[in-house]
Amino acid sequence: MSEISLPESAKHTEHAGHPKKDVHGIKMGMWLFLMTELLLFSGMFLLYSAYRYFYTKEFHEAAMYTHTLFGTVNTMVLLTSSLTMALSITALEKGKKWLSVTFLSSTIALGLGFLVIKYAEWSTEIHEGIYPGSPMLFRHPRGFELFFAMYYLMTGLHGLHVLVGCGLLTVMLIFIVKGKITQEDSVRLEAAGLYWHLIDIIWIFLFPLFYLVN
Amino acid sequence: MADIALPPQDISVVEGSYLENIGKHKGLAAWLLSTDHKRIGIMYTVMLFSFFSVGVVLGILLRLEMISPGGKLFPPEVYNALFTLHGVIMIFLFVIPGIPVTLGNFFLPLQIGAKDVAFPRLNLFSFYLYVIGSAVILTALFVNGLPDTGWTFYVPYSLRTTTGVTVAVFGVFIVGFSSILTGINFLTTIHRLRAPGMTWFKMPLFVWALYATSWVQIIATPVLAITLLLIVISRIFGIGIFSAAAGGDPVLYQHLFWIYSHPAVYIMILPPMGIVSEIIATFTRRTIFGYKAIAMSSLAIAFIGYLVWGHHMFVAGMSQQADMIFSFLTFIVAIPSGIKVFNWVASMYKGSIDPQPPFLFVMAFMVLFSIGGLSGLVLGSLATDVHLTATYFVVAHFHYIIFGGGVFIFFGALHYWLPKMFGRMYNKKIASWDILVMFIGFNLLYFPMFIMGYEGMPRRYFTYLPQFETLQHISIVGSWILVAGLIVMFVNLIHGAIKGPRVGPNPWGGTTLEWKTSSPPTHENFEEEPVVIHEPYYHEEALTR
Repeated sequence: MSEISLPESAKHTEHAGHPKKDVHGIKMGMWLFLMTELLLFSGMFLLYSAYRYFYTKEFHEAAMYTHTLFGTVNTMVLLTSSLTMALSITALEKGKKWLSVTFLSSTIALGLGFLVIKYAEWSTEIHEGIYPGSPMLFRHPRGFELFFAMYYLMTGLHGLHVLVGCGLLTVMLIFIVKGKITQEDSVRLEAAGLYWHLIDIIWIFLFPLFYLVN
Repeated sequence: MADIALPPQDISVVEGSYLENIGKHKGLAAWLLSTDHKRIGIMYTVMLFSFFSVGVVLGILLRLEMISPGGKLFPPEVYNALFTLHGVIMIFLFVIPGIPVTLGNFFLPLQIGAKDVAFPRLNLFSFYLYVIGSAVILTALFVNGLPDTGWTFYVPYSLRTTTGVTVAVFGVFIVGFSSILTGINFLTTIHRLRAPGMTWFKMPLFVWALYATSWVQIIATPVLAITLLLIVISRIFGIGIFSAAAGGDPVLYQHLFWIYSHPAVYIMILPPMGIVSEIIATFTRRTIFGYKAIAMSSLAIAFIGYLVWGHHMFVAGMSQQADMIFSFLTFIVAIPSGIKVFNWVASMYKGSIDPQPPFLFVMAFMVLFSIGGLSGLVLGSLATDVHLTATYFVVAHFHYIIFGGGVFIFFGALHYWLPKMFGRMYNKKIASWDILVMFIGFNLLYFPMFIMGYEGMPRRYFTYLPQFETLQHISIVGSWILVAGLIVMFVNLIHGAIKGPRVGPNPWGGTTLEWKTSSPPTHENFEEEPVVIHEPYYHEEALTR
């Protein structure tokens, strides 16, 4: 973090082609963006809490139909990916470019792995007849349908974020390989890392809400 | 045209100004691909006022339908389409982006002595998101028949109607994303790019207003985004998240919608409030009274503004406690707004008032905003709201605040800053008389709506009882006068921008940093980086009096 303390005069020499990057400013912009992402999910968390308050018993029973094993494995996959993400940034800051590339590639691989598992999970559930508007849910009390509506919406939106995150990290990977992100200029990788951690944190909240509340 | 207090560089260079193309692109491309905040600001201005014109025409037609009871002019479906489009265009495409993306883009970096915003390319990207989003909205609304949901897209109707709601709502989502990115950009700019010496309490009040607005934008807009996304998903996949049949609750949609859309009202009104402070300080040749109180009240309004969304839903079936709490909080918001109004009035006391057109707009604003604000308290009280909700009273209140308050100051700001933006002046005499015309037209148009609403005329109806005929006619005549005033104003401004007489860098004797560079500014804004010593409204000649 030592490169942050730019001299006062350097702050304003931006613009006009030869920018001296305002590292602090870029990170600040990223944090603000992460906040908006959190708020995007917060609307759904609000809905979840309201409906869980209305249908407490049904939500607990419905949560028994989700596959905790899939959820647990995915939690581990995502947590590991956050670790490799952090390692990738540290490696780059220490000047070990190819180690950083390795870690970053594994992060992307784990992210894609998460999506594959998620796909398997959804397929299983849909196969079992659990999807919004399905005849199977129709036979259950009303809260069931809402629980699974929230389940598909929230994990779906999260999955979309994982996909976008993988794309973002792939771009970063190309930048590192091409030498556009370097030891001295690593702020873009750090910002992408922040985004990846956010995805991880959101999952940490989704996991208990949908798999463990039974 | 006596220039008072000319700044150090008394030059009116037009060569080298931002209006001259530099770089590899020529013609239109030099504008469309420019990351210069000034050019982006101008492009936004052109877009916004194009939409505004469309919205005005729709509004005129809405009024015209009321020329006689029974809807003889258009069938009811067309009337529904007109008020839906009028609302969507005016709210999402005009007033919400409003002042921040146009004048904010242009003047925020100038006022803090920066060369550009923090993320210039992101700024251009936001502009294109806005363009794409608005194109999506406007085409989608016509794909499957005329739109008929109203601008609020309330469920369950918005889930059931066969019109192109899905895509239209997605367009609003894109525009919202553009708004979020602009907010992030401005916040970072204000935090990081202030000129040396410009501490927080030396920032002009317009910058404070933009700061508060940007926070509201980035905190509230994501909630709207997810709410609208839920409509899209519900419609496509038939998920019953808001449908009572599946155990869902339609009122929750209203909650989520207003959690955004009430703060959005402050997105519309805070920037104009900042501009009022600028104009008053300039045309009274005084520092603003209670600078810190005004700056802090912007933040207070932004903060409390989050906690009052329930006052849109007093009759939607919330609990009585919730109703009372929301009503109480609504009254609290009036306090910071009142602080501002009293401080503005106090600033004029013993000032050397120069009633130029921008100042006259502020005068009009004071009257209209006060009427709008006080009628808001009538709606914020539970007992009266039950009687007045969804009547013309609400329509009148809303237009007094947003049009009479916000948009009049938007016009005032154009009159204030046009000489800076183009280095030329409009005809001030025409402008001054025109303000009077618009003021009269405005009151004729909207004041009768207070009375009609009080007497029970519901909004969004294509017809009415014969007893309202006289008041409706007064209102219609008012709309014509107002539009005539608007046309004169735009012609005068555009003519002034292109052909008006040249003026120096500081025609009004303003004290903030944007007046200390040439008109129009150069590509880099300032010849050399300004250093700030004084508080923003420091009038040198005032000390010698």
